[in-house]
Amino acid sequence: IHISFFVFDLKGADEDMSKEEDGEDERKRQHLLEAISALGGKRRKTLRERSEAAVQMSEFMVNAEDESERVELSDLIQIIEKTSTVPAKTKKQLNNLQRSKKTIECPLSKQESERIRRDVAFQKAATDISRWKSIISQNQRAEQLVFPLNQEPSGPKPMERVVTGWKAQTPLEQEIFALLSANKQPINDPILTPTEQASVRAMSLEDAKVHRAELQKARALQSYYEAQARREKKIKSKKFHKVQNKAKRKEFLKQFDEMVKTDPAAALEELNKMEVARMQERMSLKHQNSGKWAKSKAIMAKYNEGARKAMQQQLELNKHLSQKLVTSLNDDEEEEEVGDPELLPDFVNDAEQEMDSSNPWMRGRLSQDPTEEEENGDTVGLTTEQSGGVEYIAEEEEKVEETEDNVILREFDSRRKLRQALETDTAAEMSVDEEEEEESKAAAEDGDASDKEEEGLSEFTNLFHEIVEGQSRVEGAGDAGRADTSTQLEAGVIRIRTLRDVELLTQDSSATDKLHGEFPKPLSTENLPSTTQKAGKSRKRKKKIQLKEVLTKETKVMKVLLAPTVEASEELEEKLDQRGLIKEAFAGDDVISEFLKDKRKRENVGTSKILDLTLPGWGEWGGTGLKPSRSKRRRFRVKNAPPPPRKDQHLPSVIISEKRNSFVSLHQVNSLPFPFENHTQFESTICSPLGRTWNTEQTVKKITKPKVVTRLGTIIEPMAQEELVKDPHISSQDLQVVLQVLPWKRLTAK
Amino acid sequence: MKVKVLSRNPDDYVRETKLDIQRVPRNYDPSLHPFEVSREYTRALNATKLERVFAKPFLASLDGHRDGVNCMAKHTKSLSTLLSGSCDGEVKMWNLTKHECVRTLQAHEGFVRGMVVRYCGTSFFTVGDDKTIKQWKMEAPGYGEAEEPLNTILGKTVFTGLDHHQKEAVFATCGQQVDIWDEQRSSPIRSFTWGVDSFSSVRFNPVETELLASCASDRSIVLYDMRESAPLKKVIMTMRSNTLCWNPMEAYHFTCANEDYNLYTYDMRNLDRPFMVHMDHVSAVLDVDYSPTGREFVSASFDKTIRIFQNDGGHSREVYHTKRMQHVICVKWSADNKYILSGSDEMNIRLWKANAAEKLGVLAPREKQAINYNQKLKEKFQHHPQVRRIAHHRHLPKNIYHQTKELRIMKEARKRKERNVRKHSRPGTVSVVSEKEKHVVTVVK
Repeated sequence: IHISFFVFDLKGADEDMSKEEDGEDERKRQHLLEAISALGGKRRKTLRERSEAAVQMSEFMVNAEDESERVELSDLIQIIEKTSTVPAKTKKQLNNLQRSKKTIECPLSKQESERIRRDVAFQKAATDISRWKSIISQNQRAEQLVFPLNQEPSGPKPMERVVTGWKAQTPLEQEIFALLSANKQPINDPILTPTEQASVRAMSLEDAKVHRAELQKARALQSYYEAQARREKKIKSKKFHKVQNKAKRKEFLKQFDEMVKTDPAAALEELNKMEVARMQERMSLKHQNSGKWAKSKAIMAKYNEGARKAMQQQLELNKHLSQKLVTSLNDDEEEEEVGDPELLPDFVNDAEQEMDSSNPWMRGRLSQDPTEEEENGDTVGLTTEQSGGVEYIAEEEEKVEETEDNVILREFDSRRKLRQALETDTAAEMSVDEEEEEESKAAAEDGDASDKEEEGLSEFTNLFHEIVEGQSRVEGAGDAGRADTSTQLEAGVIRIRTLRDVELLTQDSSATDKLHGEFPKPLSTENLPSTTQKAGKSRKRKKKIQLKEVLTKETKVMKVLLAPTVEASEELEEKLDQRGLIKEAFAGDDVISEFLKDKRKRENVGTSKILDLTLPGWGEWGGTGLKPSRSKRRRFRVKNAPPPPRKDQHLPSVIISEKRNSFVSLHQVNSLPFPFENHTQFESTICSPLGRTWNTEQTVKKITKPKVVTRLGTIIEPMAQEELVKDPHISSQDLQVVLQVLPWKRLTAK
Repeated sequence: MKVKVLSRNPDDYVRETKLDIQRVPRNYDPSLHPFEVSREYTRALNATKLERVFAKPFLASLDGHRDGVNCMAKHTKSLSTLLSGSCDGEVKMWNLTKHECVRTLQAHEGFVRGMVVRYCGTSFFTVGDDKTIKQWKMEAPGYGEAEEPLNTILGKTVFTGLDHHQKEAVFATCGQQVDIWDEQRSSPIRSFTWGVDSFSSVRFNPVETELLASCASDRSIVLYDMRESAPLKKVIMTMRSNTLCWNPMEAYHFTCANEDYNLYTYDMRNLDRPFMVHMDHVSAVLDVDYSPTGREFVSASFDKTIRIFQNDGGHSREVYHTKRMQHVICVKWSADNKYILSGSDEMNIRLWKANAAEKLGVLAPREKQAINYNQKLKEKFQHHPQVRRIAHHRHLPKNIYHQTKELRIMKEARKRKERNVRKHSRPGTVSVVSEKEKHVVTVVK
């Protein structure tokens, strides 16, 4: 209270002093102040006044004792206010400074400031290094990592890169380089020479653009076309290719038609080409049923409808491709002119085709009986007439001229055929269509007629008509051929039977021996010349040259057995027998009853009966020959509680052992391993197999990819800064931001 | 009785051309291939057993030093070259493929403390007890030429460690303080001190190349930025770290080898607790080196063993030892991730396979497939007790085996005691301290 009063007084005194400016008051105040300072008890240390300049000056030496002597800011700036050169702004600032009475904080200690600096630097480094976070976590999660990370792509490098890192060393190399440089040939950039570059530069941009667009389009089209062709080539379907080829042929024919009118020379060339192709086909072994494929098909034909069909088609194709294109007129004329008696008739050829067949009877003309043809279509196939309907008709005309002995033979044959028909209900179906043959013949004749009409035309048109005619003929022949081949396939079976018939026939023929002395002789040698000699010439004249006669190599005839129908029933029986067979084999041991016995035994093991706990000697006499009393025994009898029901209770054919197998438990996991959260998760991973027995090749490869792959003998460098750039998670903007923010942070901190 | 014969369509199994691959028809119907789990389990078990059968990691021993091998350096450009410095100041250059020494030079008087190959592979630096830093040419001197260093720097104090920058002509040494040197100057361009201590090793970060870390004798690990004038941060642990190594694929991870038998992997950004504690050694860990893939590291210990750890696994996956190998002082993982090199007290350098059961050399594709498949099987069934037992079994020298047991007992006892203390005190007063937190004393900013 005392001091506060004084202070109040002091303030009042100050005001007085300013008003009155009395010297006495001043003195009083001085006294008062001295008295107050004396109250504190401390003697204030009087500081020395600075009198001389010193290099090392302490801040504690500065004297601030006398308020009156203290230099105020106002004293210093009085001069400034007077001078006019100082701007007003500065004066204002100084005035403001004069008014403010705040003291400045003292600077931080060295330790503190260093600590802050370190902290800031660390923060900066930490944020800087956090850039790697995404790429690191990505690598940790990756299914597979391939080291070194920045692998150069294998394969050829561009020339420039190879050449720049290489210097000419040997004199030869130096010479070459000198030459190249002398001729201004490119060394480092081998794509363009200087002149080329100049010309490129000369080209206008628009031109270049248009040119480039064109080129691009052309390239694109080409690539599309290539891709399409590749795709089509890859298609395995034979049918597709067949259809495609057919379409192509048609298209070609159409074009050809036009070409005939517009450009006959080119058309002629085309024609020659076709001829060459045909010749090549004849020369080659293609479609001759001699290939591996054909053989395999022949084996399969017995069981497989598709294979049989494929073979037929093959044969047909062969016929079609090797068909010579000839005008009937020309051929006829030639034939007549030659009139060669020594030339073998086609009947001979036909017979020769059958050389490999086992049945000598089949070589003759016998099967060409008209009645027979009507009755049994399959016999037609025995001679494998592949030349089509035209021939048949020709042959029909010749029948009249055949000799008596042939007639007799045919009688035998017909008798035999009848028997055969009776025997086999499953005769192959007749597929030769008589009507179609007729049609084809008519078509051929039409062609002939048209030929005659247009005799005046040029040689070329003649040729062309030949082609058309040939095609129509081929089509006709194709129909017949199909039938033929179908019968051929069945021929084998029939032949076997016919062999048997031959024996029968020989027995029969003993009766007719008197009529024909020469008959018992082997027919194969007998029949052939006789028929050919008689039939030969006249037939020759009527017929065109057939391909068969000219061909050096004949098509192989496939003999394929039909799937046996009789055996099928046997198989059925056997199937039924299978069970019985097993029964028979295991007749001795009765497995089922043994099993049941075993099961009952196991069941009984668990259910123990009544337990007798009587102890002899307790409560009565004991010893040899003494039994515990009945009452006692009854008393100590204990009945066991029935065991829980067995699991296999309702499964009659199963025994489930409920004992814990210690051997198995040794291999089982008894607690859930770490990364898994529940047992189903763990079980599912265990249950999914990895091996190639259960997975496809691709899947196995994918599943068993190793986690880390390193290349043999390569140094793996530490991760480089380039990896950051590669990382898709950090955009370039983010990088920029990071780089910009950091220096700013540092500045503000300082 | 009729005999039936199988007949098949040859088209189903005959190739079209002999150049085609043989068609092997497979039916993946699971009902046809039953018992897949048990079959694969058997395969996995067999694979594990075979792995142990084929585990022969020791390849060669390089002898020639006349004193303990104190430091080693990998060549940065050549896989077959290794440099080693011994306690008598001798440096040897080895050809690893031929297992022979190709060059010997007397580099220092006293120990060769540190050695590092320049990033370009043309020269290398050594520091020794004679207070010098020397730069040597990688090529041997020609006939008649004297074996002389390219450059010698005389320091004021002994240098204990050395490392070179990944891309620039700058290297760092440690001794009483950590110095950053420009190759062209004879005085350091920067020196870092933080308190009075001596440093045992210094390492540049191979990824973020301006960062360094060092181990100090006051049980601390200090981080530096080469561009800053002051160090960044330090963490003080319960015991001293001998060396450390940065992960070459994960920029902010480093592992330090500690005197308390453990290794600690830290995330540089968070030094409060190690990211992972790697235990298994039974004596002080002296050196550590990362595999170039950054997935594993190898540690050398005073207990005469080398151990290989996963970078995220608490226990080692492999332990290598031989009867003759003494305290292992330095260890390196080769740059192609295939081999491990260890230098030990008894003057030998040993060459080991990184994967003990791996077949060396070029593998046929089918071999590769089989190896991959077996590897996956082993991974799949690793939790099954029999598989695990076989896979984890390692023969250990008797003393290490007993020491491990002893340590385990000690640890359990300590745990039990902690548990009891917690049980008998007011709840909340005794907190649970995790193993990771236990070993960090403080982090100094």
